[in-house]
Amino acid sequence: MATQNASSLGGRLDVGKDVTEIPQEIGYTTTLEKIAAWGQKNSLWPMPYGTACCGIELMSVMGPKYDLARFGAEVVRFSPRQSDLLIVAGTITEKMAPVILRVYQQMLEPKFVLSMGACASSGGFYRSYHVLQGVDKVIPVDVYVPGCPPTPEAVLDGIMTIQKMIEDHTPRPWKDNWKPGVWR
Amino acid sequence: MTTIEALRSDISARFPNGDFQYETVIGDNVLAIPKDAILPVLRHLKDTGRFDFLMHITATDYPERAKRFDIVYELFSSKTYNRLRVKCAVGENEKIDSAIPVWQSANWFEREVYDMFGIEFAGHPYLTRILCHHQFVGWPLRKDYDANHQQHCTDTLPIHFPEDPKYRPDPNKDLLPLNIGPSHPATHGTLRVMAELDGERVVRANVELGFLHRCFEKMAETHPYNQVIPYTDRLNYCSAPMNNVGYCKTVERLLGVEIPPKAQAMRVILCELSRIIDHIVCIGANAVDLGAITGFFHLFQYRELVYNLFEKLCGARLTVALTRVGGMAQDAPQGWFNEVLQFCDEMTIGVDELERMLSRNKIWMQRMQKVGAISADEAIMWGYTGPCLRSTGVALDLRKAQPYYGYDQLDFDIPVGTTGDCYDRYLVRVEEMRQSLKIIRQVCKNVPSGDYTIRDKAIVLPEKKDVYGNIEGLMNHFMLVMKGLRPPKGEIYDATEAANGELGFYLVSDGSGCPYRLKVRPPCFAIYQSFPKQVTGGLVADVITILGTMNLIAGELDR
Repeated sequence: MATQNASSLGGRLDVGKDVTEIPQEIGYTTTLEKIAAWGQKNSLWPMPYGTACCGIELMSVMGPKYDLARFGAEVVRFSPRQSDLLIVAGTITEKMAPVILRVYQQMLEPKFVLSMGACASSGGFYRSYHVLQGVDKVIPVDVYVPGCPPTPEAVLDGIMTIQKMIEDHTPRPWKDNWKPGVWR
Repeated sequence: MTTIEALRSDISARFPNGDFQYETVIGDNVLAIPKDAILPVLRHLKDTGRFDFLMHITATDYPERAKRFDIVYELFSSKTYNRLRVKCAVGENEKIDSAIPVWQSANWFEREVYDMFGIEFAGHPYLTRILCHHQFVGWPLRKDYDANHQQHCTDTLPIHFPEDPKYRPDPNKDLLPLNIGPSHPATHGTLRVMAELDGERVVRANVELGFLHRCFEKMAETHPYNQVIPYTDRLNYCSAPMNNVGYCKTVERLLGVEIPPKAQAMRVILCELSRIIDHIVCIGANAVDLGAITGFFHLFQYRELVYNLFEKLCGARLTVALTRVGGMAQDAPQGWFNEVLQFCDEMTIGVDELERMLSRNKIWMQRMQKVGAISADEAIMWGYTGPCLRSTGVALDLRKAQPYYGYDQLDFDIPVGTTGDCYDRYLVRVEEMRQSLKIIRQVCKNVPSGDYTIRDKAIVLPEKKDVYGNIEGLMNHFMLVMKGLRPPKGEIYDATEAANGELGFYLVSDGSGCPYRLKVRPPCFAIYQSFPKQVTGGLVADVITILGTMNLIAGELDR
């Protein structure tokens, strides 16, 4: 950890003895919440829910050039129980809606959802009889990334936004007020 | 004697009392027959060896007609390269005989027609919805169904199999039901495979599709011709420009225009670049499935290089919408063709490295060889096209069979396999990448000069300097945007060789600004149909190998 982060973590940890005796090189003091958030944001385990074209672009995000690993999110898990970031990459159809709802419910707290691309965010230009008009009709979404498909840079920016939300403990009323099975 | 006359004398000798009409519409042979004659006629056409492929079955809805629907069968011969469209009119509550006894591949095509139009096929063993979800009510591609009327689906179907009277489960065996997908890393998209296992062996299998049914065909009916192009991008999104080309070529043939040589050359380059990156995704994803993740990272470098080329051409990476009816959207920037040549040199090294990495890799060979083998006859019966067909030894490639855009002037070979197994499919794809590089080099070295699009005022928008510079240009732009280009009344089927096989577009125009009906014949729909049969009896691990080598792209499978 870089030295400047020490001040951003702030606070002092009560270790039962005079903390001033601990040299700065071997330890920092902070609050438990902050150190947990710091760890969480730098080790997001995404579940790539790639259904369509955005899924291919998500491959590029994971690929050698854009390399999501630099942001601590390279451990891609295809099991919802092992991941804490759901990346919805692609069109969600009406037929897929119950599936993604179940996948979301299987994820453990704390969990975040990133909606990648126009289709996942709003149905995109598929204003049609079999396409769900946005995945937020069934699950709560934290960050929407526009584009059709978004560039990998935009997706990285979206993930960094989620990291910022974790760090700042941003309130998420859309998630707190969400109930499963309610189509909005 | 032309094909249609030969056909007339042949069929009228066999069916002397039939009320058959023969015509040639915009170069396509069409045979209109009453619906009761469909099975004998199809059987006759197949048994006499005139046609061996059933490319697709679809329907068109004309609500004002007494017999509301036209059912269309598209036939193709892999020997003479002739095509024939057989049409029957069917009323709203009438049934038509199922074509499954003649062509097994009719199964899913008919299910799709039933799903979209509600036309029933007598004798079909499993006539259920295929693309729409099971709670869907109504027939979406009928003209009276509103495109924007969504119906929610609240649950998924349990593991299910088509009823098979011949299937008798062994009472002493405890079979394990297994569900793969629709969200599974190895399905590369939204496919659902259901299987019953006896240990590691698959006893029976079934697939469910439609999880990415985005209503392409309904969207095409509600958009002007040029606005359909972005939708075609998202059919096979691994090689988007090829879909653009296939669609625009169809509309151009309906309009009766030929695009300038430079546009043709650019389209060929784009198609071959797309073929390379499509095969990259297929092989790379395959390698990931079989545990070789390095291959994926290695190959994706080259995909990024092609993305850079696309980006220079149009600004977009994946969904490019590069073509317009009548040519290209814009000219290539200066030096672009040289950059393509540079890419070819890098990619040549890339393909060699890929081969060094995989082709003689022991694990790769053991996982791929003798897995998913299929004979040429069987492949044709299922309607296989593209690399999967060529791996069985059939040298059918539309670039040679029905050359377009000057492919006949270019020097390239069609790689074929011998056994039709997964390893052959892989080898065919690798060699196709080399051949594509060869084609690109030839085209890039002599790019024709001239315009990148035709300048027909009724088809192509004027240049911006005219729109802002003079009143004719402004008027022209206004009229074309407001009314759209209007092809003459008629219908047409046109196909190109896409990365996965024959990508066909069946287009019906009623003379208005939007297509009256646009049906896509995606290559992997027919291929995927044989999947349950191919995996039955094999190991469950081979399911993943076969699924990967078929290169199923959910976008074009479900549309």
